[in-house]
Amino acid sequence: MVFLIRLQLREDYSNLIFYLSPLVAVALTLFFGSFIFLILDLSPIESFKIFFISPISNSYGISELFVKATPLAIIALGLSYCFKNNIYNIGAEGQLTMGAIFGGGIGLLFNDSTSIFLLPLMILFGAIGGAFWATIPAILKTKFNTNEILTSLMLTYVALFILDYFVVGPWKDPAGYGLPKSMPFPDAGRLPVLIDGLRVHIGVYFAFIICLITYIIYNKTLFGFKLKVTGLSSKASQYAGFKYKKLIFYTFIISGACAGLAGLFEVSGPIGLLYRDISPNYGFTAIIVAFLGRLNPFGIILSSLLIALTYLGAEDAQLFLKIPSAVGFVFQGLVLFFLLGTDFLNKYKLFIK
Amino acid sequence: MQSIVEFKNIFKSYPGVLANDDVSFNIKEQSIHAILGENGAGKSTLVKILYGHVKPDSGKILINSDLAIINSPSTAKNLGINMVFQHFSLFESLTVAENLILGMNESISLTKLKDKSKTICDKYGFNLNLNSPISSLSVGQRQSVEIVRSLLNNPKILIMDEPTSVLTPDEISKLFKIIKNLVKDGLTVIFISHKLEEIINLSDYVTIMRNGKVVSTILTQNEDPETLGYKMLGYKVSKAKQVTDINFSQEIFNIKNLSTQSKDPFTINLNKINLNLKKGQIFGIAGVAGNGQKELMEILLNENDYQFSGDIFFKDLNINNLSTFQRKSLSISYVTEERLGHSAVPEMSLSENIFLSMNHKSEFKKGDFINFEKINSYASDVIKNFNVDTPSYNVKAGKLSGGNLQKFIIGREIMSNPELLILSQPTWGIDAGSEAFIKKKILELSQNGVSIIIISHDLDELLEVCHQISVLYEGSLSNPLNVEDINIAKLGKYMGGLFD
Repeated sequence: MVFLIRLQLREDYSNLIFYLSPLVAVALTLFFGSFIFLILDLSPIESFKIFFISPISNSYGISELFVKATPLAIIALGLSYCFKNNIYNIGAEGQLTMGAIFGGGIGLLFNDSTSIFLLPLMILFGAIGGAFWATIPAILKTKFNTNEILTSLMLTYVALFILDYFVVGPWKDPAGYGLPKSMPFPDAGRLPVLIDGLRVHIGVYFAFIICLITYIIYNKTLFGFKLKVTGLSSKASQYAGFKYKKLIFYTFIISGACAGLAGLFEVSGPIGLLYRDISPNYGFTAIIVAFLGRLNPFGIILSSLLIALTYLGAEDAQLFLKIPSAVGFVFQGLVLFFLLGTDFLNKYKLFIK
Repeated sequence: MQSIVEFKNIFKSYPGVLANDDVSFNIKEQSIHAILGENGAGKSTLVKILYGHVKPDSGKILINSDLAIINSPSTAKNLGINMVFQHFSLFESLTVAENLILGMNESISLTKLKDKSKTICDKYGFNLNLNSPISSLSVGQRQSVEIVRSLLNNPKILIMDEPTSVLTPDEISKLFKIIKNLVKDGLTVIFISHKLEEIINLSDYVTIMRNGKVVSTILTQNEDPETLGYKMLGYKVSKAKQVTDINFSQEIFNIKNLSTQSKDPFTINLNKINLNLKKGQIFGIAGVAGNGQKELMEILLNENDYQFSGDIFFKDLNINNLSTFQRKSLSISYVTEERLGHSAVPEMSLSENIFLSMNHKSEFKKGDFINFEKINSYASDVIKNFNVDTPSYNVKAGKLSGGNLQKFIIGREIMSNPELLILSQPTWGIDAGSEAFIKKKILELSQNGVSIIIISHDLDELLEVCHQISVLYEGSLSNPLNVEDINIAKLGKYMGGLFD
C-alpha cells in the first residue's frame, strides 16, 4: 500500500484568507501550546495568563513590550524589502551586530563627548555598519551567484566573533573586573527614553517612521513597484526592463541598514555598552515577524508586538512557572510553522489516495 | 509483413484543443515508421498514448492484433514498447553503467549488465565507455546511453521523439545506420520528426498528421520533400491582402549576421541571421517551434544579456548593447509568447500591468513616484479601444481569459505609439473573435506606418497578415518570400530546412 499525497494548485486562492492566516496560525499555536503546558503538568489557562497577559498588565510591562518590539519591527521592516524581492537575507542578526560595533565604536571613541551630535553620528554609523555587512552577500550573489541564504547566515557568526574580539580585546573596560564588556557609553551617546523610569526609548518613533516610509515606497513609488514585480515574476521583471542585480544591492543595503540601526538602538538604549550577548536572536526572530506581518508594513508592527510578547511571556514563565524560557522560542517556532502551513494549504489543495 | 501496432479511432482532447481526432493507422512489423507534422499536430500525444504516458479519451490500440490496455509506461515496457525522449533523463554524476542499471525492470548484477551492454554496443556500433560519468559525455553519446538503456529491455517497438534535434549531421548519419541495423534484427521503430529530408532518407512509411487528424499513411519511397511538405501543411491558402498603397522604402530595422555560440545543448544557436524591415512592413518569421524562435526573441528584447555576434540596427542606430529599457525608450515594443508571468503579471491589476511595460515613459511618473491617475486613464483607453471584456482596470490580469488578456497586452503596446512592434505568437491559444480583432489591429497599425515583426508557428496567421515571410530552421533564417507569390510547396520545403 503506497500513500501518495498529491498537491494541486488552487486556481483561485483567497486573498482574504491570506491576510487572516496569521490569526489562524496564532489560534493553532495557542491550541497546541496548551498541550505543552498540559504535558508539563500545568494548567493551560493559568499558564497562558502568566505567559500572555500578566507581562503587560502594568506600565513597566507595556514599556518592555515596546522595548522588545522596536528592534523586531525595525529589522523586519528592512527584511521585508529583501523578501518581497525574493532575496532571502537570513543574516540580520549579523548585520545588527555590525551596526552595534560600528555605532557603539563611535560612542567609545568619543567617550568623553557631551556633544548633541554624538548620538546622531552613532545612529548613522550603526546603519552604515549593518549596510556594510549586508553588502557582502549582495556582492557574492551578484558576482558569483552564491546562495545568499548561506552567505548571510555564515556572516552572522563572523560578526559575532568580531564583537567578541572587541569586547575581550581592545575595547574591554579597564575598570570592568576583566569582564568581557566595554566601558559604558557617555550620556550624550545614550538613546533618550520616552518616559522617565521606564526603558522604552525613541527607537519606537523610528520604527513608526520606517513603517510609514516603507508603506509609501511599496504603494506609491517606482522602486516599490520594481520589488513587487520582481518578487512575483522574474521574467516579467526582465520584460519591464528592471535591473535585478541593482535591486539585490538596494534591498540588501536597506535591510542591513535597518538591522544595524536596531543593533545600535539596543546598545545605546537599554544596554548602554557593548558586550557579548547584545541580542536575544532579534535578527532571526524578525524573519518570523516579517512573514507573520505578511510583509505588510503595518502588519509587521502588529506581529512585532505579538512576538515581543512571547519574549516577555517566556521570562515570566521562567520566573513563575519554573519552566525554561526557551518555551518562548517554541511558541515562535509554532507560530511560524502554522503560518507556513496555512499559507501552503491556502495555495494548494491536498489529495490523499 | 503484418501490423504490430494498430491505432483504432483514438481521441484525446485537452482544454481548447482536440490533440488526437479519430486517429487510426497501422504500423508494420520490422519497419521504420515516421510520424510527420507541424508542432501541435498531435504526434507527441499519440506516441505518449502508446507509451502509456497519456490516457486517450476513447479508442483502442492493438498490439500484434491483440487489444492492449496500456495504463502506464511499465505496462508498455512489458509489452515490448520503449521510448527515447527528446529530453534525456540521466543522472549526470553517475557512470554510464550505473545509469543503465537504474533503467532495468528486472534485477541484474552490474557485471552481467556490463557484459550485456557491451554486446549491444559492439554489435550496433555505439561508442560508449561504460565507466565514464554522464557529465563527461557529448549530447550524442548521452542519446546513445538512452537508446542502449531501451535496448536492454529487449523491446519489440522503439519510439523515438525527435531524436535528431540535438545531434550534429555526423551523429545523425551514425544514428540512422544504427536504426537501420536494429530494424534488420527485428525491431520496429516509430520515428517522430518534422524534418522532411530525414524522413525520406530513413523511413519506410510515413503518417502525416495535421490538427490532430491523420492526413494519410503512405510509402515513403514515392515521396520527395516537396510533396511531403505540401501534405504536412495542407491546402492552406493565403488571403493576400492589399498592400499597394504602402510605400516600403524607408529602412527601420536591420539585423546583420546575427549568430550565437552557446554551449548549452538545449538552446539553438542562431546562424548568420539577416533581416531587413521597412517602415510599415509586416514581416513574418515562420517555422516549427524550437528552431531558434525563443533565442531570437531573447536577443531582440535583450533579456539575460544573451551573447551574440553581428549587429542590430534600429533606424541606423546600433542597438546591440542597449538594455530592454533603452530599446523600449526608442519606441520598440514587445509582446512575448508567454502572456502570464512574462508580458503580464497575473497577480497584479490591469493598471499595474500597464505600468509594467510603460515604466520608461515619463508621463506615468512624478519623479520616483508613480502617477496612477495617468496610468488608470491609459488603462481605461486600452480597455475601451481594444474591446477588453473586464469590469475595471483594478481586476487582476490573471482573471482575464487568454483572448482578453492578449487584446489588453497588444492594446497596451499599440497605444504607446511604437515605431517597431515585435510580436511572438500573438494569437496562440486564444478565441477566434479575439484573434480576428488582433489581426485587424495589426493590419491597421502597418497602414499607419508602424513596422511589425511576427514570430509565429501558425502559418495561416502569417499568410493572412504579413507582407513577407522567412522561415527559421535550426537557427538559420531563409531568404524572405513575398506573400503575394508564395507557394505552399516551397514553404513546406523551407519549413523542412531546404533553403540555401
